[in-house]
Amino acid sequence: MRKVFFVIVLLIIFPVMMQWLGYLFYVSFASRVLIYAIAATSLNLVLGYGGMLSFGHAAFVGAGAYVASILVAEGIASAWIGWPAAIAVSALLAWIIGAISLRTRGVYFIMITLAFAQMMFYLVNSMKAYGGDEGLTLPKRADLGFGLDLGNELVFYYVVLALLMLCLYALHRVVHSRFGRVVVAIRENEARVEAIGLPVYRYQLVCFVIAGAAGGLAGALLASHGKYVNPNVLHWVQSGTLMIMVILGGVGRLWGGVIGAAVLLGLEHLIADHPIPWLVQLAPNYQQHANLGVGIVLLVIVLFAPQGIAGLLKRRRGAPA
Amino acid sequence: MSWILILEQSLNGLQFGLMLFLLAAGLTLVFGIMDMINLAHGSLYMLGAFLASMFVQLTGSFVAGVLLAIPATALLGMILEVSVLRTLYARDHLSQVLATFALILIINELVRLAWGSDAALPMPAALSGPVELLPGLRYPSYRLVIIGVGFAVAALLYFLVAKTKVGMLVRAGASNREMALAMGVNIKALFTAVFGVGAALCALAGAMLAPLLAVQVGMGENILILAFVVIVIGGIGSIRGALVGALLVGVVDTIGRAFLPIALGAFFQPRVASAAGPALASVMIYLIMAIVLYFRPQGLFPARG
Repeated sequence: MRKVFFVIVLLIIFPVMMQWLGYLFYVSFASRVLIYAIAATSLNLVLGYGGMLSFGHAAFVGAGAYVASILVAEGIASAWIGWPAAIAVSALLAWIIGAISLRTRGVYFIMITLAFAQMMFYLVNSMKAYGGDEGLTLPKRADLGFGLDLGNELVFYYVVLALLMLCLYALHRVVHSRFGRVVVAIRENEARVEAIGLPVYRYQLVCFVIAGAAGGLAGALLASHGKYVNPNVLHWVQSGTLMIMVILGGVGRLWGGVIGAAVLLGLEHLIADHPIPWLVQLAPNYQQHANLGVGIVLLVIVLFAPQGIAGLLKRRRGAPA
Repeated sequence: MSWILILEQSLNGLQFGLMLFLLAAGLTLVFGIMDMINLAHGSLYMLGAFLASMFVQLTGSFVAGVLLAIPATALLGMILEVSVLRTLYARDHLSQVLATFALILIINELVRLAWGSDAALPMPAALSGPVELLPGLRYPSYRLVIIGVGFAVAALLYFLVAKTKVGMLVRAGASNREMALAMGVNIKALFTAVFGVGAALCALAGAMLAPLLAVQVGMGENILILAFVVIVIGGIGSIRGALVGALLVGVVDTIGRAFLPIALGAFFQPRVASAAGPALASVMIYLIMAIVLYFRPQGLFPARG
C-alpha cells in the first residue's frame, strides 16, 4: 500500500516538476503513457482476469477515438457528450462482437476477435467523409467546461490521471467483487463454474463489455490528446501492442497495464530520441531500428518471465507469484 | 461490365488465391500438428521475397534467383524452428502470439538492416507481355505462369500428403498428435521438416508475387492475416481446406475489389462507391470467416476426427 501511495504522489507532482524544469514536452508524453495505460488496463481485465485472449481490442479503442473525433469535427466539442458517447458506442460494439465471439473457444476466439477488428479497420478506412485512410485532424481538444482548458498540457494530464485512477479503482473493485471472482474462476476452470450453475457466457460477456467501454474512453482521450485520429489505431498491430503492454507489465495484475504502457512507450522514446554516444559510434543508425530492441526484450520476457514485470517485482519480495 | 472483364478478374482471383494457398498450406500444418500460432509465418514470406531479389540480382536470372531463394528460406525457417519456436509448443496461445509477434518485429528490423526498407524484383522480360487466351481476352503471361506454378505445387503437395509415408505421418500428427507420438512417430524431426517445407512455400509465394506487389518490410503482415482467415475457414490442419479456403478468399477479394465499386455506383455517388467498394470487399472476407466460425467452428474441412 505504501508503494502505491508513493507512485500516486509521484504521478501527481511529476508535471509540476517538469514545468519547473522547463520540459513541458514530457507532460504531454506522460499523458500519452497514461492513456495507453487505461487501454492496456481495460485489456488486462479481459485477458488477464477473464482469460479471454482477445486479439481485437484496438477495435474498441479505435471506435472510441473515431466517435469522439467525429463529434468534435461536427462541432460538438463538449467532452461531456463526446466521451460518454465514445464509451457507449464501444460498449455496444463490444456487446455485439462479444456476443458472437464468446460462443467460440481457444484459437477460434483469438481469430474471430481479430476478424472483427479487421472489419472495423477496413470500414473506417472507407469513411472518406472523415478522412478515410489519411485520418482526421481535429481543430482542438474536447471542451470540459468549468473553466478547465484541456488545451493546457497540465490540465489535460491531471484529467487523464484522474480517469486512470478511476479505472484502476473500478478494476480493483470489480476484481474483488463476487462478479470478479466468478470471472477469475471461469478462467481457472470453466467446466466447474458451469457445473455450479453459473451462466458462464453471461459473465464473460459483461466482462468483455466493461473492458470495451473502458477501451472506448482511452480511444476518446487518445484522439483528444493528439488532435488527430487515423485508421491505424484500429490496425491489428495496435491490438498486438496492447497485448504486449499487458504481458510486459503483468497479466492479471492491477498495475500490469500501467507498468507495461510506461515501460514500452518509455523504452521506445528512450531509444528513438536519446542517442547513446558509444552505441552511435558502434552502429550509427541504431535508433531507426528501435523495434529490434523492443522485439528482443519482448521475446526474452515471454520466454523467461511469463509473469511480466509486476510478477518479477512481486517475486523479489518473496511472495509466491 | 463485360464477360471479358469478369473472366479476367476471376483469373486474377484464382492467381491470388493460389499464392495464398502456398502460405496457408504451411501455416495450417504448423497450426494443425503442433497447435501453434505462428504469426512469424508472414516474415518468412517477406524473407523469401528479399532473398529472391538479392539472388536474382546476383545471378542475373529470375528462375535461378527464385530457385536459390527457396532452399535459403527453408533453411532459415528450420533454424528459427529449432532455436525459438520449438520451445513454444508446450506454452499457451498467448505466449505463442506474443513471442512470434516479437519475432515479426525482430525479423523486420534485421531485413531493414540487411537490405533496406524495400527491394526491386522486376518481372522477367520474356513474361512481361500479354497472351491472347480467347479472342478479345488478353491476359498477362506472368500471371498465367503463377497460376500454373500454383496448381503444380498444389498437386505436388497433395501427392506428398496423401500418397507418401511422410505425408501419412503428417496427417497422423494433424489428426491426433498424442496418438501419433505414442505410435513412435518422431514428431520433433517431422515437425522441423514440415516447418522447412512451409518456409519454402512461403518463399515461393513471396518471390512469385514480388514482381506484382512491392517487396518491402511489413509486406508479410497483411497477407499473414489473410492466410489465417483461409485456414480458419478451411479447417485447421487440412490441406484440402486450405486450398478451398484460399481460392474462396482470393476470388471473393479480387472480384469484390473489382465489381463492388461498380455495383455500389448504382446506388451511391461515384466518389463514395469507389471508396467503399474495396473496403467492403475486405470486410466480406472477414464476414465469411465469422459466419463459418459461428456455424461451423471446426472449419469447412476439419482435419481432426
